[in-house]
Amino acid sequence: MGNEYRIALAGNPNTGKSTLFNALTGLRQHTGNWAGKTVSLAQGSVEYKNKTFQFIDLPGTYSLFSNSKDEEVARNYIVFEKPDVTLVVLDATSLERNFNLALQVLEMTKNVIICINLIDIAEKQGIEIKERLLTNRLGVPVIKISARNKIGFPLLLDTIDRIVTGAIECQPLVLQYPDEIEEKIRQIEPHVRAIVGDHVSARWVALRLLDGDESLLDEINRLITLKGAS
Amino acid sequence: MHIEQLYKEAQKLSTKQLRDDIVQHLHERSHLLCQEGITYNKAKKDTKTEKLDAIFTSPIFGFPIMMIMLGTVFYITIAGANVPSSLLADFFGWLESQLTALFTFLHAPEWLHGMLILGLFRGTAWVIAVMLPPMAIFFPTFALLENYGYLPRVAFNMDRLFKKVGAHGKQSLTMAMGFGCNAAAVISTRIIESPRERMLAILTNNFVPCNGRWGTLIVFASLFMAAGFTGGMKSLVTTGILVGIVLFGILITFFVSWFLSKTALKGIPTHYTLELPPYRKPKIFDTVIRASATKSWSVLVRAVKVAAPAAILTWVFANIYIGDSSILLHAVNFLDPFGRLLGLDGYIMMAFILGLPANEIVLPILLMGYLSTGSLTEVKSMVDLKKIFLDHGWTWLTALNMMLFSLLHYPCGTTLVNIYKETKSKKWTFMAFLIPTVIAIVIPLMITQTVRFFGWI
Repeated sequence: MGNEYRIALAGNPNTGKSTLFNALTGLRQHTGNWAGKTVSLAQGSVEYKNKTFQFIDLPGTYSLFSNSKDEEVARNYIVFEKPDVTLVVLDATSLERNFNLALQVLEMTKNVIICINLIDIAEKQGIEIKERLLTNRLGVPVIKISARNKIGFPLLLDTIDRIVTGAIECQPLVLQYPDEIEEKIRQIEPHVRAIVGDHVSARWVALRLLDGDESLLDEINRLITLKGAS
Repeated sequence: MHIEQLYKEAQKLSTKQLRDDIVQHLHERSHLLCQEGITYNKAKKDTKTEKLDAIFTSPIFGFPIMMIMLGTVFYITIAGANVPSSLLADFFGWLESQLTALFTFLHAPEWLHGMLILGLFRGTAWVIAVMLPPMAIFFPTFALLENYGYLPRVAFNMDRLFKKVGAHGKQSLTMAMGFGCNAAAVISTRIIESPRERMLAILTNNFVPCNGRWGTLIVFASLFMAAGFTGGMKSLVTTGILVGIVLFGILITFFVSWFLSKTALKGIPTHYTLELPPYRKPKIFDTVIRASATKSWSVLVRAVKVAAPAAILTWVFANIYIGDSSILLHAVNFLDPFGRLLGLDGYIMMAFILGLPANEIVLPILLMGYLSTGSLTEVKSMVDLKKIFLDHGWTWLTALNMMLFSLLHYPCGTTLVNIYKETKSKKWTFMAFLIPTVIAIVIPLMITQTVRFFGWI
């Protein structure tokens, strides 16, 4: 099963994330339980070019600061379960709000695709999105789709394929914070790297520690124990 | 270095501002991305929503508009329910005399007639006559506001107040739900992410009168508070009283939230994103039909289901004698001194105790209690209804205390069960019972003692 890949779907509520998930996977779905969590995530698979893409539908959230159980589940999956690709589904008609989540995901993991959904409605409203420019700015592929009308699916699947085969190298934007915060990150980050290694983004963990995210400590301890055992 | 140690180090470096700065920065970056990456061609951007939001969520007009909306919904409910309510009461009164005639014709035993007609029929008939018309108007009107997209704006307006008392802005949405049913609203608190703020919302939801209490509140507001007025003015005064009662409940909500978040549930409110959906013209016909058919009907069915057995039970208790008085009267006499202290009486206290399963049945039980012992007045209209209360020594003070007790007292059985299911804690479920009960006792007590001290009554 060397050619099976896990693709996580993240996004704000009401962005058509589940519509996309259903349209892609059709009836090939089942619900999986995740270790230590009673929250179940829907999974479904797609065969593409002799590969199996396992799609995992994460809970819809507005942010990933772990304010709620849903946010924690989504965040833990992206950071600690390390899917091969994370798809962030955005609503084309309210991108300004939706980009927040995308930027947060870019801080957490490398292989990201930004899916701008509801593109048909956006076009009707006269919203024009320059996906090339956004791809350049964000350092990861930006794709316009309409999950409802199944527009943009071939390009989406092809992009996933090219990321997992290494044909595309994602270089996600590193969001620079005001100097004051950057200075603090610089002080913490090396210590984090000493503990977690390269398994998760040390910069992101440093930010979360500064932010006071206590629930993260348990997850990191679990990660260290796992690494120690293997 | 351990991760816990590092966390402590990081916290030393960190400031309270940090999260805000991070969020602010994310927003700025998103804004920048949109400025560069998006163009609006037809200038078709939804300006209507923005313009309306400027009015509905304005710091100056926001609250007055909310008050007016609330008042309008109540006014429509009260004014519109008057006529159908008395028509229904007349109809049931006529039906009762017909049924009595039938029982006499069949030579049915007296106890059967008493239990079925005077107990069961009267009890349920009153629930329907008093509650169905207001509900059939209130729910669809409220649903129209909801579908139009106004309710999220209410949450937006209230957010600042809730934050001040240490609670969550989304609590106002769960409160809006409480106007319909507290038991459902307790479940709806799931939309609040932080457990602390969710607990606040659960513990205070009861201070919003659910539809089971609307009937009681509307009846007493119009019978006693607006007694000196007639016609449209009467409805207006009744509306005023009701708005006052609701505002008082909200005030208590704020106070209790504030008190708890300074004591047992300490903490700072968390961040959250509130989606303000675009305003949409509601599908009026669909909304009205769906709201009346599903909500009003299901609530009524529930009320009748609970009221029917309670009505029979009350009648039985009122007619089984131990010594020289009925079981009911024993209980009433036992509760009377305490009730008097609060400006209520033993019948009222007993009605609230027997009414634990559902608030809808408090009023019918009270009526049956009065009827079973006093003169056998046939209640055929609202005027007769008032006479029953006056015969038992009611004044405006009794009515006011009754309304306040109804507003503030412990949640109904279903709500308590839901609170236990949601919190999984016996302690907090008990608190959800205790806090309102103490407040419901203290406030009428203070009012009654003050009024009596000054000799206003």
